[in-house]
Amino acid sequence: MATNAHTEVPAGTKVFPPFQKDTFASQLIWLAIFFIGLYVLMSRVAIPRIGGIMAARANKISGDLAEAARFKQQSDAALAAYEKALADARARAQALAAETRDKLNALAEGNRKALEGKLNEKLAAAEKTIAATKTAAMANVRGIATDTAAAIVERLIGAAPASSAVDAAIADVLKR
Amino acid sequence: MAADPIHQFEIQNYFPVFKIGATQIHFTNSALFMAVAVGLTAALLIGATSGRRLVPTRLQSLAEMSYELVANTLRNTAGEEAMRFFPLVLSLFMFILVSNVVGLIPYTFTVATHIIITAALALTVFFTVIIYGIWRNGWHFFKLFLPSGIPGWMAPILIVIELLSFLSRPISHSVRLFANMLAGHITLKLVAGFVVMMGSVGALGVFGAIAPLALTIALTALELLVAVLQAYVFTILTCIYLNDAIHPGH
Repeated sequence: MATNAHTEVPAGTKVFPPFQKDTFASQLIWLAIFFIGLYVLMSRVAIPRIGGIMAARANKISGDLAEAARFKQQSDAALAAYEKALADARARAQALAAETRDKLNALAEGNRKALEGKLNEKLAAAEKTIAATKTAAMANVRGIATDTAAAIVERLIGAAPASSAVDAAIADVLKR
Repeated sequence: MAADPIHQFEIQNYFPVFKIGATQIHFTNSALFMAVAVGLTAALLIGATSGRRLVPTRLQSLAEMSYELVANTLRNTAGEEAMRFFPLVLSLFMFILVSNVVGLIPYTFTVATHIIITAALALTVFFTVIIYGIWRNGWHFFKLFLPSGIPGWMAPILIVIELLSFLSRPISHSVRLFANMLAGHITLKLVAGFVVMMGSVGALGVFGAIAPLALTIALTALELLVAVLQAYVFTILTCIYLNDAIHPGH
């Protein structure tokens, strides 16, 4: 036997080791020392540390998820802003195009009116000229007719008619 | 001598350390393996977690799994309030688990093969339950011994039964662990001893030693299972008893 633990046990009576009462005191004392030591290590160091690691991990994961949600919200907002800007730009472009079209239409209309007015003026002037010319021509026609009628009568009868008679005759003809 | 299955359980004094009264306390093989259990537990739960890594190393992961296993067992069995006993339950589990597993290595000593150790651990739980139960619930704690909804004439019988079952808890709690570890180590030693005995007989003996050798290997695997399982059983029983201290009504 490589032991001297049970020297109190009389030689020859071998007690089953777990029931040797003389070892109980030493085992209980060592158990108390080491188990209380383990308890202190666990409660003061191991449990706060491992609990802290897990809490930090849970925080990190939830924080990352929240950040991802925030980023998604930001990108959604950016997309909405982009779409709004696009719609605004489109609307403004349409408005601008309509305005330009209206302006051009108005301008063209004005030009046309002015041109028409000018043309009408020219037409009226031309008509006036024509009327004046016609009147002048008609007056000339009367003189020519009087002269011609007097010349014709002179040739026929050999004597110049009285100019008042010729005028009366012309006027009589022109009245018909 | 080598085949003596009881020799492995002897307490061996290495050197004297201090005196309590007239009793000289020696550093013993039992104390050495308690120290080994505490040291390995601390190395795993404190040493391996010193990095505090967000993505754990293998050992840190093992430490976290041990922590979670015990924490979940305690929380699911006895509720959130029982988490104040988490240091005690974790210490019990790791101490018994590590000392049991280390004890399976040949030439080592298994702390839990001594009834005084398992009894001390079981009584620690027993008195924790009684003291905390009375401190928390007052007289209400003794409802533990009277299941509700029982006809009056049955109460005396049931109180006696419940009281006896409550008082026998530390016995079953400690003897279960002690007997499992003791019987396993005796069986292993006997079967392994056959291998040596057969081997010394001669050529035929060597052939005959194959069967006990195979059995030794199988038994070692079984004992590893028993070592882990008994540590867990001790832990879960502790949780169930603590639940009685917190919720004494049946």
